[in-house]
Amino acid sequence: MILTISTTHRPATDLGFLLHKHPERVQQFDLPFGEAHLFYPEASETRCTAALLLSIDPVGLVRDREGGTLYPYVNDRPYAASSFMSVAITRLFRSAMRGQSKERPALVDQPIPLVAQVAAVPCDGGLALLTKLWEPLGYTVEAQPQPLDPARPTWGMSPYVTLTLRHTLRLAELLTHLYVLLPVLDNRKHYWVGDDEVEKLLRVGEGWLDAHPERELISHRYLKGRRRLTEMALARLLPEEEGAEDGSQEEALVRPQRLHEQRLDRVAALIRNSEAVRVLDLGCGEGHLLERLVDEPRIQALVGVDVSSRSLQQAHRRLGLDRPRPESNRITLLHGSLTYQDERLRGFDVAAIVEVIEHIDPSRLDSFERAIWAAARPRRILLTTPNAEYNVRFPALPEGEFRHADHRFEWTRDQFRQWADAVASRHGYQVEIEPLGPVDEEVGAPTQLAIFTDREATA
Amino acid sequence: MKIEIPELALVLLIGPSGAGKSRFARDHFLPTEVISSDDCRAWVSDDPTDQSATEDAFDLLTTIARKRLARGKLTVIDATNVQPEARKPLIELARSYHVLPVAIVLDMPVSLCLRRNQLREDRSLGPHVVRNQHNQLHRSLRGLKREGFRYIHHLTSPEAVESLSITRQRLWVNRRDDAGPFDIIGDVHGCFDELHALLDALGYQVTRHDEEGEPRFEVQPPAGRRAIFVGDLVDRGPDSPNVLRLVMEMVEAGTALCVPGNHDIKLLRALQGRRVKIAHGLSQTLDQLQGESVAFRKRLIAFLDGLISHYVFDEGKLVVAHAGLSEALQGRASRWVRDFALYGDTTGELDEFGLPVRRDWAARYRGEALVVYGHTPVAEPRWLNHTVNIDTGAVFGGALSALRYPEQAVVSVAALRQYAVPPRPLSGDADLLSAQQQDDSLLDLSEVTGKRRIETELQGTVTIRAENAAAALEVMSRFAVDPRWLIYLPPTMSPSKTSQREGLLEHPDEAFAYYANAGVTEVVCQEKHMGSRAIVIVGRSEAAIQQRFGLPEAAIGICYTRTGRRFFDEPALERAFLHRLQAAVGAAGWWDQFESEWLLLDCELMPWSAKAQGMIREQYAAVGAAARTALPTAVAALQTAQARGQDVAELRRRFDAQQGMIEAFSAAYRRYAWPVEGVDDLRLAPFHLLATEGVLHSDKSHLWQMESLSELTRQPDPLLHPTAYRLVDLTDDGARAEAVAWWEALTDAGGEGMVVKPMPFIARGRRSMIQPAVKCRGRDYLRLIYGPTYTEPANLARLRQRGLGRKSALALREFALGMEGLARWIRREPLRRTHECIFGVLALESEPVDPRL
Repeated sequence: MILTISTTHRPATDLGFLLHKHPERVQQFDLPFGEAHLFYPEASETRCTAALLLSIDPVGLVRDREGGTLYPYVNDRPYAASSFMSVAITRLFRSAMRGQSKERPALVDQPIPLVAQVAAVPCDGGLALLTKLWEPLGYTVEAQPQPLDPARPTWGMSPYVTLTLRHTLRLAELLTHLYVLLPVLDNRKHYWVGDDEVEKLLRVGEGWLDAHPERELISHRYLKGRRRLTEMALARLLPEEEGAEDGSQEEALVRPQRLHEQRLDRVAALIRNSEAVRVLDLGCGEGHLLERLVDEPRIQALVGVDVSSRSLQQAHRRLGLDRPRPESNRITLLHGSLTYQDERLRGFDVAAIVEVIEHIDPSRLDSFERAIWAAARPRRILLTTPNAEYNVRFPALPEGEFRHADHRFEWTRDQFRQWADAVASRHGYQVEIEPLGPVDEEVGAPTQLAIFTDREATA
Repeated sequence: MKIEIPELALVLLIGPSGAGKSRFARDHFLPTEVISSDDCRAWVSDDPTDQSATEDAFDLLTTIARKRLARGKLTVIDATNVQPEARKPLIELARSYHVLPVAIVLDMPVSLCLRRNQLREDRSLGPHVVRNQHNQLHRSLRGLKREGFRYIHHLTSPEAVESLSITRQRLWVNRRDDAGPFDIIGDVHGCFDELHALLDALGYQVTRHDEEGEPRFEVQPPAGRRAIFVGDLVDRGPDSPNVLRLVMEMVEAGTALCVPGNHDIKLLRALQGRRVKIAHGLSQTLDQLQGESVAFRKRLIAFLDGLISHYVFDEGKLVVAHAGLSEALQGRASRWVRDFALYGDTTGELDEFGLPVRRDWAARYRGEALVVYGHTPVAEPRWLNHTVNIDTGAVFGGALSALRYPEQAVVSVAALRQYAVPPRPLSGDADLLSAQQQDDSLLDLSEVTGKRRIETELQGTVTIRAENAAAALEVMSRFAVDPRWLIYLPPTMSPSKTSQREGLLEHPDEAFAYYANAGVTEVVCQEKHMGSRAIVIVGRSEAAIQQRFGLPEAAIGICYTRTGRRFFDEPALERAFLHRLQAAVGAAGWWDQFESEWLLLDCELMPWSAKAQGMIREQYAAVGAAARTALPTAVAALQTAQARGQDVAELRRRFDAQQGMIEAFSAAYRRYAWPVEGVDDLRLAPFHLLATEGVLHSDKSHLWQMESLSELTRQPDPLLHPTAYRLVDLTDDGARAEAVAWWEALTDAGGEGMVVKPMPFIARGRRSMIQPAVKCRGRDYLRLIYGPTYTEPANLARLRQRGLGRKSALALREFALGMEGLARWIRREPLRRTHECIFGVLALESEPVDPRL
């Protein structure tokens, strides 16, 4: 909410000429989200400090918007330094950022000793992130942390700090760095980020962003994590490195991805190599399995079911159902739940239930069992679930924790076998279980796959 | 001339063009009862004579006919219908809806038809067409009966048509205007002594006086009551002749009705000399009948032959059929209906005991009528989806049972002995859970999704929009507890109208004014605790809970949130919590006092941080920390500027004030946050005892609620936390002022505020139901809702612009749904009936309403 900029350049009051704001005046500016106040706590020959104080209207943030629930009333926005501060910087210091000064044209190009202090800077990445972002630009960084609640010492430290930056550089550079990096630290831009935001970033980042070791993180957060925009920005920042592999972070993302791809590929292959013409994907999510089956001409009905309307919307787009093609009418997406019986799910040759049951509360498994094995009764069921024994092979996974926060349980091979056998015998299916993924001698494969076959349908 | 047609029929008018069919239809039927092929042609093509549109027109015609017949409406087809091939699909249509096809033939002289046809302005057919139709009619006239028409009326002259009157005959199965009261008696199977004993138990006086060596019975029923026998009077038991005699005499005297059972019909066929397989006790019956007179046998044959497949009583609220009857067949007459009523929904296969495999029609039954039936012996009357099987196997040594209607109470007498060995074990004998509970374990998606209209006693029809139901599906499937636990969800609560007093958003005056305006003279003010809403079910024993809630595994109870999620993530903590509550309930003597093995409480569970720890730290504490980081820096800069003469006094004042508000804000949430290490750190403040076995306590006052619950919270266990309350006479200004002072004291001490409730639990105002509760929250507490600085005059002025209408309307609808769901559960209705209400509450909660109200 407050940014102060000080200099000890002589005469220090030249800061007023650089900022285009008179050191002896207190000024107020109206902004869409509140008011900005500009005043000078100090203005002497030896030291001059300009203060930009934001008074953000918390009630207006909630009420002035259509639909109005973007922000709660209980909100750190009035106090945190965020994209609101960036907006204020461009509104109040536009000419200074461009390096224009009628009265002191020479001074704009001259590095001068500057100290910026900002409070409160939200920094969920800890103090390390502060130094990673500012030190490569030459700043001396000082951060004063704040406890989460002084009356509750056990709650530890809050993510907010008072940040002090010292450097000798052009004022325009300081303002530009603040303009870009404050929202990057906050990581909660208050406005919609579109394609033009890429242009803006490249413009203000000119001359420093391409050489910044954290340029990817900066682009990613500045563009609100929108992957396509981030790629656009990076491609233009680093044209010569195009296509280069990004190191460790990519790796970490790719490995679990590969496991899931493997599961889907295996299940899709089993379905393709069967005689199935009516195929059900229970818990289809965003449609990754359906996508693998869309082009199989033998399948006449491909039905995806999910309990999340959001996932179904994404599946709808992924499968191109918003641009209907002739084969689209073989595909149906249904909003449904696997703990209710559902007439629409009857009469299928095969049902895939990939990484779904571990998201069902154990107390609801009997309803799930009856809804699928007794009521829907597909001829074959391909069901996968994690093998809990394999978890020791994931170094990043703390012992005793599940692979996903929403997993209600993860079964060992024995537990899965027992459950599958019991279900099969209760409902007249036979079941075979096979490992899925690389088999470890000691703990088995990461995923286990059960194939249930209706005894009557095969007889 | 007078003719009769059944009240439910598919009537085909048959006759060539110009025979006067449309006029006939107009004269004798409602316009909406008549579907004309010409009209249908016109509707699809704009031209009633366009023969190319015939196929589409026929589609339309049969579609309308189907809808009407499915709803049980008489339907008249106005088309020439002169060819057998034109009539055939219509006859099949009638059959598939189990209604009788009726032919009314307008066989007018061909000259008359031609003349009329010529006079037509809109359309006239060539004479050859009319002659052709006339010939086709005559060729097929004699085959009408063979085609399947049960009623054929042949009119051959204009005079006959002119003088005709049609009366609609009530179907034999239709006794809708007869509402009883009845005593519906299960399968007797020749158990005369047991029948006698049951009639005694039901209050019927049976006197026997023999005439010429033959026993005669006279039965005097209790005032106004009649017996209904569900059939299978005979076979296997010791004295079928006297059972038949007694029942026949009751039926003849008008003190009983009887529907046939399969054994009765088989006996009839044997008596009629037809070939039947003599098994299943029929030989015993035939032996027992050896000594009976020819007159008795004749009377018996007439009686059995006259039995009607089933009856519909009491405006469609009661159906009696031997083996039950699915909804689509009730009140209809066909071979299929009769077979279903006699044998049930058989698949044609035999099971391992050599008995027919039956589909469980009752499991799929969703009809309005209570279906009372027998046929398959069960250990206890089997209630399932508004059907009840009352064949409790008297002849197999079980009991002979009767269902009293409308009381729905069962009266049984035990069999004196086992007269026959059941061909397979009686079902339901070893089951812990009832048939209904077993059926309830799987709910149907179509019964919760889409647009729903739920009938409630308190608010009439509550409509749930499809989008809201869809939103609830995800919550219900992914996060809610087993639906068998979810017998109630609490409604949202509206705040009192916005206060205009300086510095305040809410004040008790508005709450008092609301109730006073609605005509309420007494309210109960109750301290509002700041914790989390908790619904708690606790039982006297695990077995009792498992049995009553129909659960697959034992449990002592449950505690869940207002959105149906399990309150405690830690099972051990939940168990410890429930055991402590169970002990307190026992110590208060409530199990005996309420004659219940379980109870349902609506409570506030503290601390707030038990459930909201994450939110308190990440949102509430974080705001405090951000402010404590930024504000001192800002104030320091302003101080420095002020010291050198800059005009920032007003700014300084504002930011100084903010520092004070932040401290008040932090103090507000800290009051409700303390660490929870175990059950000792929890506080449960119950404020409604909603239900105990058989009783929904909404008939008691809110004062009763608070007084009763203070008995519970008086128990020495600190887990149970008392709730302060006071009764306020709204007509007494002094009492109002005292209540306001009480609220001020509560809120000044940091309390959330209070809830104001009308004296009756369910309060009706002058026009409609009024809010069951309204909250008045305190000034400091509201910082947690509207932010640390909401008390600044500029902020307050804007915050006063809040619309409560939606919230209040929602509160009433949710209250009605919640109470309805619970009432249905108490009445032991199928779980889906409760679940649709609970699902409805959850769906309404997805309505976009300001969450701060």
